[in-house]
Amino acid sequence: MQELLDKYFRKDKLPHIWCPGCGHGITLGAVVRAIDKVGLDPIKTTVVSGIGCSSRAPGYMKFDTLHTTHGRALAFATGVKHAKPELNVIVLTGDGDAAAIGGNHLIHAARRNIDITTVLFNNSIYGMTGGQYSPLTPTGKLATTAPYGNIDQAFDICKLAIAAGATYVARGTVYNTTQLIGLISKGIQNKGFSLIEVITHCPTVYGRRNKMGTAVDMMKWQKENTVNVKAAEKMTEEQLKGKILVGELYSDTRPEYTEQYTKIIERLQKEGQQ
Amino acid sequence: MSEKKPILMQGNEACAKGALAAGVRFFAGYPITPSSEIAEILSEELPKVGGRFIQMEDEIASMAAVIGASLTGSKAMTATSGPGMSLKSENLGYASMAEVPCVIVDVQRVGPSTGGPTAPSQGDIMQARWGTHGDHPIIALAPNSVKETYEVTIKAFNLSERFRTPVILLLDEVIGHMREKVVLPDQESIEIINRKKPTVPPEEYFPYEPDEDGVPKMASYGEGYRFHVTGLTHDKTGFPNLSPGNTDYVIRRLHEKIEKNIDEILMVEEYFMDDAELAVFAYGSPSRSSLSAVRKAREEGIKVGLIRPITIWPFPAETVKKAAQKVSKIIVPEMNLGQLLGEVERYAKSDAEVIGLNRVDGELITPQEVVDKIKEVL
Ligand SMILES: Cc1ncc(C[n+]2csc(CCOP(=O)(O)OP(=O)(O)O)c2C)c(N)n1
Ligand code: SF4
Ligand SMILES: [Mg+2]
Repeated sequence: MQELLDKYFRKDKLPHIWCPGCGHGITLGAVVRAIDKVGLDPIKTTVVSGIGCSSRAPGYMKFDTLHTTHGRALAFATGVKHAKPELNVIVLTGDGDAAAIGGNHLIHAARRNIDITTVLFNNSIYGMTGGQYSPLTPTGKLATTAPYGNIDQAFDICKLAIAAGATYVARGTVYNTTQLIGLISKGIQNKGFSLIEVITHCPTVYGRRNKMGTAVDMMKWQKENTVNVKAAEKMTEEQLKGKILVGELYSDTRPEYTEQYTKIIERLQKEGQQ
Repeated sequence: MSEKKPILMQGNEACAKGALAAGVRFFAGYPITPSSEIAEILSEELPKVGGRFIQMEDEIASMAAVIGASLTGSKAMTATSGPGMSLKSENLGYASMAEVPCVIVDVQRVGPSTGGPTAPSQGDIMQARWGTHGDHPIIALAPNSVKETYEVTIKAFNLSERFRTPVILLLDEVIGHMREKVVLPDQESIEIINRKKPTVPPEEYFPYEPDEDGVPKMASYGEGYRFHVTGLTHDKTGFPNLSPGNTDYVIRRLHEKIEKNIDEILMVEEYFMDDAELAVFAYGSPSRSSLSAVRKAREEGIKVGLIRPITIWPFPAETVKKAAQKVSKIIVPEMNLGQLLGEVERYAKSDAEVIGLNRVDGELITPQEVVDKIKEVL
């Protein structure tokens, strides 16, 4: 742990701003362990985020970091990656950031299959602004702006990313960090657009209002309500009702955006010399 | 050396060519009339010089991508028109706060809203100034010919790099689409300014510590500096610091780096102002009609001069103050209902009467209209 701290964290920026029991710190820990596992060069790695509690994560990370505007992380990251394709680009974003205000940028980044790894901290709520519902808040749950229960239908953001063209899509939980680190590592290794949805918890403005107990209770909830995709294959529809699938949901290869563009540059420059 | 032959060129093309001469290596945009030619030309030319083009999903994303690219060390730009400018405004504020150099072209058309996509206008003068939120400085330039569009585009990049700030280039549909014969300068004769880079080791680098000129040195991502950039109020380290003292310091410093160096930024031309008793103040397309009008009036013995700012923001306040002490009246022809007129009034105070000549019908102001106005107010 100390070694990880020294290598990847801006220790002078700690302690972090998150509430006690918040799942965002565990998610950040998993991201850093995945970066370490894959062995990314910290000098050639840029971490980009939007706005939200989750989006404060890059500030603690010893990389080039870019804390942008709400929802726009992927658009900024696209500029970084396209302008300097040799950089590894990781986007850390929230459910509101990525699925509401940034939803358009998410589907287009996926469509381009640009080599960006997106880790979506899904705590089912707008944490930073005090608990309003997000596009990933389950129907029926309470939020400060859904005092009578949320009537919106939530996205399955992983299905959306797959449909839009992402080439690696996975879902994990902060309850099972071993699995999560593996999923994020594979996402980083994928040469294309990757989305890893992390089921995390906000005990302060979501758990409390919805009587979900302590942070530990919320992590237990994650354990009890998720099923690994492999195990799910052998389960009946009845058994799977209300369960959230976790694990590697999709993996494929397609031409990566910046590589395709580099080919154009190389072709034109060769033609120019002739 | 052989004499360079003049070539027929469109304003938008001159803008794209000027950007290339200035060293642009990244363009992100979203198509909109009357600016699309700039994107089209750069999509063709950028990969030839190892640069990169991308058509984003909207203007918000375009502006974001431009900032991301600039942080990697690329000279980056985008181009749009009024409605797209509104979308770019969100991240224009970010570029201002995070001090990221970039150039935004607004080829103005009649508005509000979809308005008249193929009709010229100067309706975005105040949007350029105040379109984004918060107290921010801005540099905005308005050329009036194809040749000048080329030169001023280079200047826009130079100023953005020099002052780590977004620079807006205000064209209008006529300037963007008209064709004129131009002789472009040799690349070697063009002055190119690049952002100041840190020379200290990473441990000693503060991305927001200004030099004497008010401008901090700028590292690029991927060079080992591992620095943080945020839109939150930050101190010299780049990390959030929302104390009242620091907030006040940051906002004022952003303004000061422009104000302190205003002589490097202001471009204003004056014609026949020495003995003028009456002045015309015009920029962009109307300044062309105004110059012919002033010449014509002079032929008839009317002592009228022309002030033509190329730099619109920061506003050339001193020029107006001085002129107002000399002339009794200032006519301000604009293709809007008097956006810059208010600024002229602000600095002319009671020294000179300020009179508008305004069109918002998507047609140009003619020299005759300006002549008539001159005679009317004499
Ligand atoms: C343009 C804009 N609109 C609204 C906000 C206010 N805002 C800040 S964070 C946020 C929601 C963040 O939710 P999420 O992305 O889920 O992150 P969390 O705090 O839950 O980690 C909102 C609405 C903003 N900063 N900018
Ligand atoms: S409000 Fe929720 S998401 Fe934000 S830091 Fe607190 S627990 Fe975490
Ligand atoms: Mg959230």
